[in-house]
Amino acid sequence: MGLRFPPKVLEHILSFIDSNEDRNSVSLVCKSWFETERKTRKRVFVGNCYAVSPAAVTRRFPEMRSLTLKGKPHFADYNLVPDGWGGYAWPWIEAMAAKSSSLEEIRMKRMVVTDECLEKIAASFKDFKVLVLTSCEGFSTDGIAAIAATCRNLRVLELRECIVEDLGGDWLSYFPESSTSLVSLDFSCLDSEVKISDLERLVSRSPNLKSLKLNPAVTLDGLVSLLRCAPQLTELGTGSFAAQLKPEAFSKLSEAFSNCKQLQSLSGLWDVLPEYLPALYSVCPGLTSLNLSYATVRMPDLVELLRRCSKLQKLWVMDLIEDKGLEAVASYCKELRELRVFPSEPDLDATNIPLTEQGLVFVSKGCRKLESVLYFCVQFTNAALFTIARKRPNLKCFRLCVIEPFAPDYKTNEPLDKGFKAIAEGCRDLRRLSVSGLLSDKAFKYIGKHAKKVRMLSIAFAGDSDLMLHHLLSGCQSLKKLEIRDCPFGDTALLEHAAKLETMRSLWMSSCFVSFGACKLLSQKMPRLNVEVIDEHPPESRPESSPVERIYIYRTVAGPRMDTPEFVWTIHKNPENGVSHLAIK
Amino acid sequence: MSESVAAEHDYIGLSEFPTMEATTMSDKTKTKDNNNVDDNALNFKATELRLGLPGSESPERVDSRFLALNKSSCPVSGAKRVFSDAINESNKWIFSPGSTTATGDVGSGSGPGSSVVKDGKSTTFPKPAVPVKEKKSSATAPASKAQVVGWPPIRSFRKNSMASSQSQKLGNNSETEEAEAKSGPEQPCLYVKVSMEGAPYLRKIDLKTYKSYLELSSALEKMFSCFTIGQFGSHGGCGRDGLNESRLTDLLRGSEYVVTYEDKDSDWMLVGDVPWDMFICSCKKLRIMKSSEAIGLAPRVMEKCRSRN
Repeated sequence: MGLRFPPKVLEHILSFIDSNEDRNSVSLVCKSWFETERKTRKRVFVGNCYAVSPAAVTRRFPEMRSLTLKGKPHFADYNLVPDGWGGYAWPWIEAMAAKSSSLEEIRMKRMVVTDECLEKIAASFKDFKVLVLTSCEGFSTDGIAAIAATCRNLRVLELRECIVEDLGGDWLSYFPESSTSLVSLDFSCLDSEVKISDLERLVSRSPNLKSLKLNPAVTLDGLVSLLRCAPQLTELGTGSFAAQLKPEAFSKLSEAFSNCKQLQSLSGLWDVLPEYLPALYSVCPGLTSLNLSYATVRMPDLVELLRRCSKLQKLWVMDLIEDKGLEAVASYCKELRELRVFPSEPDLDATNIPLTEQGLVFVSKGCRKLESVLYFCVQFTNAALFTIARKRPNLKCFRLCVIEPFAPDYKTNEPLDKGFKAIAEGCRDLRRLSVSGLLSDKAFKYIGKHAKKVRMLSIAFAGDSDLMLHHLLSGCQSLKKLEIRDCPFGDTALLEHAAKLETMRSLWMSSCFVSFGACKLLSQKMPRLNVEVIDEHPPESRPESSPVERIYIYRTVAGPRMDTPEFVWTIHKNPENGVSHLAIK
Repeated sequence: MSESVAAEHDYIGLSEFPTMEATTMSDKTKTKDNNNVDDNALNFKATELRLGLPGSESPERVDSRFLALNKSSCPVSGAKRVFSDAINESNKWIFSPGSTTATGDVGSGSGPGSSVVKDGKSTTFPKPAVPVKEKKSSATAPASKAQVVGWPPIRSFRKNSMASSQSQKLGNNSETEEAEAKSGPEQPCLYVKVSMEGAPYLRKIDLKTYKSYLELSSALEKMFSCFTIGQFGSHGGCGRDGLNESRLTDLLRGSEYVVTYEDKDSDWMLVGDVPWDMFICSCKKLRIMKSSEAIGLAPRVMEKCRSRN
């Protein structure tokens, strides 16, 4: 290569490149570019904590300031991954404590984080600023207290939907008495009460606080006094609204909210009584994000609220909004970019809620900027999907969950193949797709062919045969994550397209017909894939042709992992050694 | 034992296709009752684990779909692993003999087998140190049907939040225009949760669909017969075939169980004491409990227990 940049020049250029995808491309150009890039990368993203070893990461990126890690497969969110599978944060924390002591930010998703991890973080990183744990578990409020007490420069502490052993609200009192640099605090997933006076004092001595998300134990009174201390908040997660409505309580609340002139995001609202909603009217015109998905409020009250939210970009709501409510959203919230509609009844036999496919059609027609959808609905039609695709070709994320498995188009009784074809064809920028309802192999032929940019695909109770998987793995150019449950395909397609799996981050299959024999073959054929069989029974106790319960396949440069529990079977690369819990190369 | 009850009823009723279970569970007798066609006196269909909205025709619908699309090139011979297997998996451990309290959650509340002990053998999914706390789930997670694990795909966090906040909410939004036009507090349907001691999950019923205590009572019996069979299966040879409706009646009404309800004042009362109309207005939830537990509710119960002893 004729053109050479002195490293300094390249460094300077790279300082403008934040995207890790771009940096990854840069690092492939030549050795010197690889070296310069690695020495300047500050934000490291590891999408699968088992794809690479902590030592390799700390070695490669000596200037790392921020690490993002993801552990368990996505379907762990729905209890499909047994407890104890893995995703331990400790090896990472340990490695970074030793090699990257100037680390400032850690973000982890679906990992097991213990109090020891948190204590180690607190002790090892002098300038630690940001801790965000999403869907993590394994720690208690003691660990949080250690972080609060020791990390003097802490800016962000967010516990998002974590499972925390809650030993009480004391942890809050461990923040230093002097003013803090807190910008964001989210403890919405904790159960127990914190002392409101502690919280008030903390908020008062945190002048930079912009985002505060309370847990349901914080009462309305508490909320009012907190809002008085922090009118500068831009993001607020309320506590519980379940309190008897008293006139002076209402006016105090109203007043407190009207003083929060910078509020852009509102969430929480557990058990909110409709009578309280008018207290929020003053902030509605400024709201860009509203999470009503825990508010069991019905349609007329919802509409009264939403019609005032003309700037709304993100709306999470329950199906209590009904088609009518979504029609209103379509006419009032013209800036809407993201819509999520959750079922109010998690049971399968639920509901007489009048939310149908029509609601989503309204929003698709009325909200031109709509690009991300998550929609739970009992049944759907192809016609609706056609309309949505036609009206919103700019969709980037489309996740439709037809709650009744195998539900066909309820008007024509046909599979939803054509509808999803329209989505895949029409929405050229689609990055994430979840399909449901009655789908034949044909649907996947269309998806394989047209969904060129889809990176993550989720499938449940669909397809007829191996063709389904064949279509997906031979198409879907950009596919990175594929998760499938309860579909009737088997070994053939999987083995045929083994090479494709190395271009993907991971493949999850549960309750399908993949046999143990195929897993063995795949593992032996593909040295850089970890093939994990997650099955209660030893696979060798059954014939090789019998299907295994769950399979998780992911590419890795770290080799087989050493921390598998007894129900995870990894396969020796050497055929004679068979199968064990610890697959040592 | 009763272990076979849930597992054997391939809820779609497609018995001609051997399921994967056949190869692995050789001890289970997959006999004639794979076909649900003969549901005579026993009427398992009501308790059958199935999908679909109440009164919907989903089994038939799926049937025709299966027949239509099954050109099956399933590489593994014949068997189509349908939805029933997903349910079967989660139910495998429910009726294990000897595991009374260890039935854990069905489905979405906990990971498959993660907090379930299977016959006390060592081949279990490893239990986390504090299973119930960890997963924030308990046997009170509402489930009117046997839930398939992880379906619909809602995070446990959300499910648990909704479960606790909905404990007082009854009824649903009106769905018809006429119902909307009505003013006043009358609700078109009245869902109450029904729990039974020892059963691993709750059911939900719409009280408005029943006109009398008799109707309610027989509905409950049908709904919970699978559990009572589980309880009594080993006593006096009540095999599935031997049980008929009158026997069920005896089981539920006669001896061990009484039906109680929680009223508006949060008092637990015995079902049947007040006129039906008054009952449906004040009933918040139902519970089928053992007579011994119901002592103190009403004099009638005490009499019952005394007469038994």
